[in-house]
Amino acid sequence: MNANMLPGLALLLAFSSTVHAQGFAGLGTEAEGFAIPIPDYEFEFPQDHGAHPPYRIEWWYLTANLTGDDGRDYGIQWTLFRSALAPEEGEGWQSPQLWMGHAGLTTPDDHFHAERLARGGIGQAGVSIQPFAAFIDDWSLKSVGPADDAFDNLSVTATGSNFGYSLSLKATGPLVLQGDQGYSVKSAAGQASYYYSLPFLEVTGTLTLPDGEVSVTGQAWLDREWSSQPLSETQTGWDWVSLHFDTGEKLMGFRLRDRQAEHFTSATWIQSDGTPFPLSDGKLTLTPLMETKVKGRSVPTSWRVEVPEKSIDVQISAVNPQSWMPVSFPYWEGPVKIEGSHGGRGYLEMTGYPIE
Amino acid sequence: MRRVALLALLAHWRRRPGQLATLLIGIALATALWSAVQAINVEARSSYDRAATVLGTDRFKTLTDPSGPITLETFISLRRAGWLVSPVLQDRFVSGDTRLQIVGLEMLTAPAGSLPVTPAGGEDVNPLDMISAPGLGFAAPETIAQLDSRNNLPPLQASDLVPPGQVVTDIGTAERLLDRQGEISFLMVLPEQPLTQTALSDVAPDLILKSAEQQADLARLTNSFHLNLTAFGMLSFVVGLFIVHGAIGLAFEQRRGTFRTLRALGLPARDLMLLLVIELLVLAMLAGAIGIAIGYAIAGALLPDVASTLDGLYGARVPGVLSFSPAWALAALAFAILGALVAAGQGLWRVQSMPLLASAQSRAWATVSAVSLRRQAMAGAMLIAAGIASSWLFNGLLAGFALLAGLLLGAALLLPTALATVLAIGASSSQNAESQWFWADTRQQLPGLSLALMALLLALAANIGVSTMVGSFRLTFTGWLDQRLASELYLTVSNAAESERLETWLQGRAEAALPIISVDSELEGAAGKVYGVVDHETYREQWPILSARQGVWDDIAAGNSALINEQLAYREDLAVGDPVNLAPGWTLPIAGIYSDYGNPKGQAMVSLDLLESRYPDRPRLNFGLRTDEPDALATALRAEFGPDAVRIVDQATIKRFSLRVFERTFTVTAALNVLTLSVAGFAMLTALLTLAGLRLPQLAPVWALGMTRKRLVRLEVIRSLALAALTFVFAVPVGLALAWSLLAVVNVEAFGWRLPMHVFPTQWLVLLLLALAAALVAAILPARHLARTGPANFLKVFADER
Repeated sequence: MNANMLPGLALLLAFSSTVHAQGFAGLGTEAEGFAIPIPDYEFEFPQDHGAHPPYRIEWWYLTANLTGDDGRDYGIQWTLFRSALAPEEGEGWQSPQLWMGHAGLTTPDDHFHAERLARGGIGQAGVSIQPFAAFIDDWSLKSVGPADDAFDNLSVTATGSNFGYSLSLKATGPLVLQGDQGYSVKSAAGQASYYYSLPFLEVTGTLTLPDGEVSVTGQAWLDREWSSQPLSETQTGWDWVSLHFDTGEKLMGFRLRDRQAEHFTSATWIQSDGTPFPLSDGKLTLTPLMETKVKGRSVPTSWRVEVPEKSIDVQISAVNPQSWMPVSFPYWEGPVKIEGSHGGRGYLEMTGYPIE
Repeated sequence: MRRVALLALLAHWRRRPGQLATLLIGIALATALWSAVQAINVEARSSYDRAATVLGTDRFKTLTDPSGPITLETFISLRRAGWLVSPVLQDRFVSGDTRLQIVGLEMLTAPAGSLPVTPAGGEDVNPLDMISAPGLGFAAPETIAQLDSRNNLPPLQASDLVPPGQVVTDIGTAERLLDRQGEISFLMVLPEQPLTQTALSDVAPDLILKSAEQQADLARLTNSFHLNLTAFGMLSFVVGLFIVHGAIGLAFEQRRGTFRTLRALGLPARDLMLLLVIELLVLAMLAGAIGIAIGYAIAGALLPDVASTLDGLYGARVPGVLSFSPAWALAALAFAILGALVAAGQGLWRVQSMPLLASAQSRAWATVSAVSLRRQAMAGAMLIAAGIASSWLFNGLLAGFALLAGLLLGAALLLPTALATVLAIGASSSQNAESQWFWADTRQQLPGLSLALMALLLALAANIGVSTMVGSFRLTFTGWLDQRLASELYLTVSNAAESERLETWLQGRAEAALPIISVDSELEGAAGKVYGVVDHETYREQWPILSARQGVWDDIAAGNSALINEQLAYREDLAVGDPVNLAPGWTLPIAGIYSDYGNPKGQAMVSLDLLESRYPDRPRLNFGLRTDEPDALATALRAEFGPDAVRIVDQATIKRFSLRVFERTFTVTAALNVLTLSVAGFAMLTALLTLAGLRLPQLAPVWALGMTRKRLVRLEVIRSLALAALTFVFAVPVGLALAWSLLAVVNVEAFGWRLPMHVFPTQWLVLLLLALAAALVAAILPARHLARTGPANFLKVFADER
């Protein structure tokens, strides 16, 4: 699960004063006419790497934990969101498909961000399958390797007004289906999405910072998810982690906060060979340990993560507690360090924390 | 005490309602014209601001393609190369009676602040409705109110942020409405750009980057027009103040007895002053309010003409309906009060310095001494000199208007001296006692009438000046149109294929088909157009060349020189032989300069071959046709190509249209002219009316000596007519000087063209008759009063002799 928002709402914001958003970024709205994910879906690749216009929302979401040749920790985020106003693709300006790109670069004492918006149907943003390329403006996440496996060798690039990065990604493990064979349930009421990940990516490349360029190496995690109504009406936001343990094992977990019922949790334990073990509601416990004041909000930037079934009891803490993405729908997204039963590093994302 | 004193002072007005009316009307008229002009200016400027804000042209750089619309592909290439730009498609839209400007924005990439966000509390907008057919538009409430239902527009929502006459909508909707698929008029460049991006010359070498300042030229272009209006408003304000000055001065003179009595009863001079100032303030506020109401009505009546003028001249859209602004009303009221205080200053000063036991005898105005007349004349001469000096010392439109103001006011101040001189000559050459008395009595009245006559001079001179300017312009303009529109038919085709077919078809059918192609360019760094022309006798014989070197058309045909319009030559101080920069990296020597009236921007002409070699993709869509039988050819063309493929306009239609735009441009000027003249006529009437009551003591002895009342009345009327005629005689040279400075200084500064001056004596005759008629009307009322004055009243003068 990753941050998902409706760029369509950016339009709404621009044109009206009243936004009746239910849940974070209006994700709890009805799925009128849009396709709904169903269990036992047979994924087909490379087709499913591409866009699914009948579904309301979709994303190509990359996070990477990096170490610079200066010895410092860095993190980058690259995301392309698709948001459909209607469940179809159209030509030219009339296309109801809208695209949004987010790029983030976190250092121990700085956080850079940029956002791009684009209409579908005109070629400013989109996803091509053969060869794979997800792009918006001059930003792209694209296949650079041989055509047979789209995700084996990738490159990713983004530039903001004060930062940029250009990285090469090489897959060292398989693609992982999240949830029940890629059918990821989001609430007790049954809201779900299609969700798969590429958690085994080796990274080399260059970051451009105001002080100059830094060569980096590290690990990346690519998420693919699409859905039409992932949140129930009473869910207000989520806390999501993707963790790379030093043992080569991985954990994806999230907690959906509910204003009326118990929080809903879901997780996937991934062995170092890529074999996933879905962990249903309640098997993962996420406990906030320390809150940080970020842009007028109290955001937990240190957590206790427990999966007793897998003997996991770790504390994760933000590399930079001020990793705030002040974009159309603001959220917290940044790299974390892992200590406790396991060591390692990962990414944390938190949405729906209100201004106090 | 103060209350009683105030009542005593106010009683004066109750006894003389006519005088009260004069005062109120004077202030009201002065306020009315001034505030009307201000209201028009405020309305127009606010709509320019709205236009600039919505499109962000005041804040954002833009990319344009000089040779035409930008393609969608170019936009995408730029975005993919890291250029944060947002497309805008705008054009005129005509459907039924609806004429609008459609502005299509791309909502997702448009920079913040350029979107017409509906005001708080507005309806929600579904983004899907915004981008899918039929779309959604935003327009000013007054625009929506004016639309009829027969149009193909999308549903419209009211937004105060959209300028009138404009519909802001999604670019996809605009593309559909305007039938311009895949076209973009210009790209807005967002202020924040990414760290790295491909150079513009590598992505889109044809595009030109313009800074925000270069864009905001609507305000600059229209500035001269508004300054013009302001000058007229100021003129009528000054004329109005003459009336106020007269009325207040008279009221003070007539109340000298009351003042003395009040002072003698113990009212301190300070309190008396205070009461008079309060009285004045109350009257000024009352009259100011009336003036504002009249001004609002005048502005409302003139605004449609102003709007069409601005649209025709500069393409600036201004609402035809006036909105009421409290700030404007308050400013106008303050102006009215200030004006009344200035006009009353002299009167108040006299009351202040009046000795307690001064004679309470009212005089028909203190006789102006020769010394003060000379001082006034000196001041007038200095004003004229200062006006001339300012036009030498300073540049710009303001210096031009300083010259005008100096000329007008200086001439007005010189008028009494000039009239006195003429009357003195008249007196010295008169033979008998009666005529000697007539001249002497006229001179004696001069001080009382001089202000009204000065007002008349101002109005007459302004009238002569402006009508000479407009007349000269019209004459030059029509002659120029004949030269410029030499072709009998003008054609527009829709695409390059039609164009080729047309050229082939026309061979042998028309004497010549002259392609007219143009590109938008930066002429010496400012927006303008470059035209390409073929070498043809039409140009060689007809083109309105102002100055050129020998063999100009051979040089143009050879492609080694350019022609530029007069505006560009004045603005950049260019002369024949100088190099002119036609586009970045393209400079040619100037072979000639031509007149180009009605166009505010710079323009250049080069050979068609040269232009087409620089801009190879420009299709030839416009043609001028030379033919002896335009009607037959037009019919044949329509039959061959169909009415949709070829648009045909004949020369006469274009001329008619151009002249109509021209006439509309000066409708406002003409209306203000008439209004100013009426105000001056009214000033004359009030002056004569007030003098009439005071003249009985001067007429009684003449009557007693045996002159009949009938004869006296006739002489009074003749005197009034003679003074008006004399004033007119002085007004003619002042008016001509005014016309000259309008044509040679103000026009050059405002529009960039200098016009030859023509004189129109028949117009003067009409004006003279008007002035005489005004004088006659003004004299008849008091004359009738005199004729009806019984002998007993004449005798009473001697009985009451104090």
